[in-house]
Amino acid sequence: MSRIRFLYLSLMLALVACEAQAKTFRYAYRVDPASLDPQALAETFTLSWLGQVYEPLVGRGKNLELVPALALKWEQPDPKIWRMYLRPNVKFHNGEPFTADDVVFSIGRMKAEGSDMGYTFSTVTAVRKIDDLTVDLVMDKPNPILPMQTTSSYIMSKSWAEANGAAKPASVKNKVENFATNNADGTGPFKISSRQVGVKTMLVPNEAWWGSKEHNLTEVAFTPIQSDATRVAALLSGEVDMVYPIPQQDVARVNATGKHSVLTGFELRTMFLNMDQKRDELLESNIKGKNPFKDKRVRQAIYQAIDMDAIRTRIMGGTSHVAGTMVAPGVNGYDAKLDVRLPFDPDASKKLLTEAGYPTGFEIGMDCPNDRYVNDEKICQAIVGMLARVGVKANLLAQTRTKYFEKILSRNTTFSLLGWQPLSYDAHSTLQDVINTPREKVGTYNVGSFSNPRIDQLTDMIETEIDPAKRQALISEALSIHKAEIGHIPLHQAGLAWGVRKGVSVVLRNDDSLELRWVKVED
Amino acid sequence: MATFVLQRLSQALFVLLAAALASFVLLRYVGDPVNNMVGQAASLADREAMRHALGLDQPVILQFAQLLRDVATGDLGVSYRFGIPVSKLLMERLPATLELSVCAMLIATLLGVPLGVWTALHRHSVVSHIVLAASLIGVALPTFLIGIILILVFSVWLGWLPSFGRGTTVALGHSWTTGLLTVSGLKALVLPSLTLGLFQMTLIMRLVRAEMLEVLRTDYIKFARARGLPEATINYDHALRNTLIPVITVIGLQFGNIFAFSIVVETVFQWPGLGLLVIQSIQFADVPLLASYLVLIAMGFALINLAVDLLYVAIDPRVRADTMLARTAS
Repeated sequence: MSRIRFLYLSLMLALVACEAQAKTFRYAYRVDPASLDPQALAETFTLSWLGQVYEPLVGRGKNLELVPALALKWEQPDPKIWRMYLRPNVKFHNGEPFTADDVVFSIGRMKAEGSDMGYTFSTVTAVRKIDDLTVDLVMDKPNPILPMQTTSSYIMSKSWAEANGAAKPASVKNKVENFATNNADGTGPFKISSRQVGVKTMLVPNEAWWGSKEHNLTEVAFTPIQSDATRVAALLSGEVDMVYPIPQQDVARVNATGKHSVLTGFELRTMFLNMDQKRDELLESNIKGKNPFKDKRVRQAIYQAIDMDAIRTRIMGGTSHVAGTMVAPGVNGYDAKLDVRLPFDPDASKKLLTEAGYPTGFEIGMDCPNDRYVNDEKICQAIVGMLARVGVKANLLAQTRTKYFEKILSRNTTFSLLGWQPLSYDAHSTLQDVINTPREKVGTYNVGSFSNPRIDQLTDMIETEIDPAKRQALISEALSIHKAEIGHIPLHQAGLAWGVRKGVSVVLRNDDSLELRWVKVED
Repeated sequence: MATFVLQRLSQALFVLLAAALASFVLLRYVGDPVNNMVGQAASLADREAMRHALGLDQPVILQFAQLLRDVATGDLGVSYRFGIPVSKLLMERLPATLELSVCAMLIATLLGVPLGVWTALHRHSVVSHIVLAASLIGVALPTFLIGIILILVFSVWLGWLPSFGRGTTVALGHSWTTGLLTVSGLKALVLPSLTLGLFQMTLIMRLVRAEMLEVLRTDYIKFARARGLPEATINYDHALRNTLIPVITVIGLQFGNIFAFSIVVETVFQWPGLGLLVIQSIQFADVPLLASYLVLIAMGFALINLAVDLLYVAIDPRVRADTMLARTAS
């Protein structure tokens, strides 16, 4: 009898112990990572998700500051060289050691055809292995922000990739599946234990990880849930521990349950309006023979007709950060002095239009995506209403992102809404891709073809300026010229909202990246 | 009989070709896939190079010819979004959709037919009126709303059933996964299949009721009564059997619809089937996947129609395969 009782007791204890040990973290995002290949698609979510499995040389901490990852330290023995001292005794998930060869291989793979990550090391012309744990990245001209540009450039195992025929990234040309598309072998704190594309991915902690363990997880289940209502329901019903994003209209409801809370922050993406300043006659307008947007007074009239505080309170649920400049707080190079909007003033706006020769306003076409940014279509509709009050009639064409980007990137647009988050978290990317005069590889997203030679010149100087204070001065100068010229109309940064069950702690980082290594499940 | 089937199959081939052409032309309008396939750092020249590599800069006719060549050799291409062969993706997702639609159709039929018969036989009872009024909900409410309401009640408030996903699945053989063999899989199936089946159930019930009322008024039913046959024999053997031809046609066509329109339900419940795959692919303009899916659906409809024709023969002895053949030939 006592024996049976003993057995029973020990069984109960074992069960309790199991319960106490097993810490499964279940979370859901809107979509699934596009690929497990870290060089297949330079898209924010895919890269942030893969950062749990793969690691860069230089990583980012809780406040987006640069922290050592696979490189212990990095320095510039010469302005044209970045020397990376690699972390010793690091092992890939399959047990193979990490060495300089893997770094040389991965950077080569990033620059190969089919890779979407080549831009991060585009300034690097040669990668030299000094010894097993030292690598020199050689450049034609100084690039002070290389460590910042490469925090999502992940290092793969050379031997693993070569053994599995994945030495080159998947290319659309060779119509076959690449092994690395659905398999991963990184050095990161978590490894993938099973994956069903688009359905569910299970991860387990990498016990051999080099870092000190801050999480207490034994297992992680990731599920994409596309429908907003279902994602929130999954959190409220307790089927998952954390979901993101929470739609703005549900934030109060989630907070009100008492069992969940919503963490908030601001996106690093700045939303703004493009105005075609290149054509001599606008593509979609009733004004013939001239382009009103070439007149700064017209651009300012549009600017001052838009009430961003109303959009903040009525559309964004009070969660957005109203922007006066093109880079967000948290992005390197952000200047708070510039982040002040011109006042909302419809009367001034009408006066400016009259001075510019459009006392009765004019008519333009407006392009907007309806499934790309937070509340994109609603923002555009509000802007249409606000412009109508000063006599500018905008004919809104809101469409799905594939159609929208096809139209605006071919420059067949007059007035459009766009957002930009620098992948390097540095203002240079905004200047180079959105504000610089469009030319080869530069100004790709400057769809209104705003052009200012001084800004172009400053951007080139910023690219190579090593001294941080001087560099900041150059960035501030470029951004203030752009602000004075009203090259674009900055709008806001949308709010981030993550829903978390009580008893679970996560760190909300403003790049919207959930880092599993900081997740704790208490009960 | 064999001739009939063969003829039907060859007709189906033409339908498929037409469907392929139509879908291919339509897909020209879903937008430019290239901007989704490269990150924001890609320059305009990079994008043009990729467009060229995919053959998207060629005339539509040439692209269609290429598609037909690929399909004829059994190569459906590689998904733009996933980088995985389309055939593999479709096979991975097919079991989920098939299980969901079969379950939904079973619910619709097994509830719809008896309810239809009962409400026809007890036309004036209060219960009949209540059932008919309630069935209006199934017709009137949009599917996604029903789904969200069910999630709210059974997942969020009561916590009985899962709000998303397929639960634990078991692999059967090489490529089939089923959720029918685990408790969590069966629980996950309840809400989506109810949501998907509700409209069809209403439809079947109302159709059966109308047909029954029609048949019950006919002379041979009166004669059967006069002969003193038992009520049950008259109602179920004579009356119901004669209502079945239109009912089976509708069930068959509705099955095709359920299969194709599971898109909404799969999105609401994050059900990992073809519908969810397709809605995501439309947003991405994943042309190879969408073209293959549309052809697959067309093929499904063709096969269901064939099955319905064969069922006519089994149910109604007056219909013979040769007369069907004559009818289709004329």
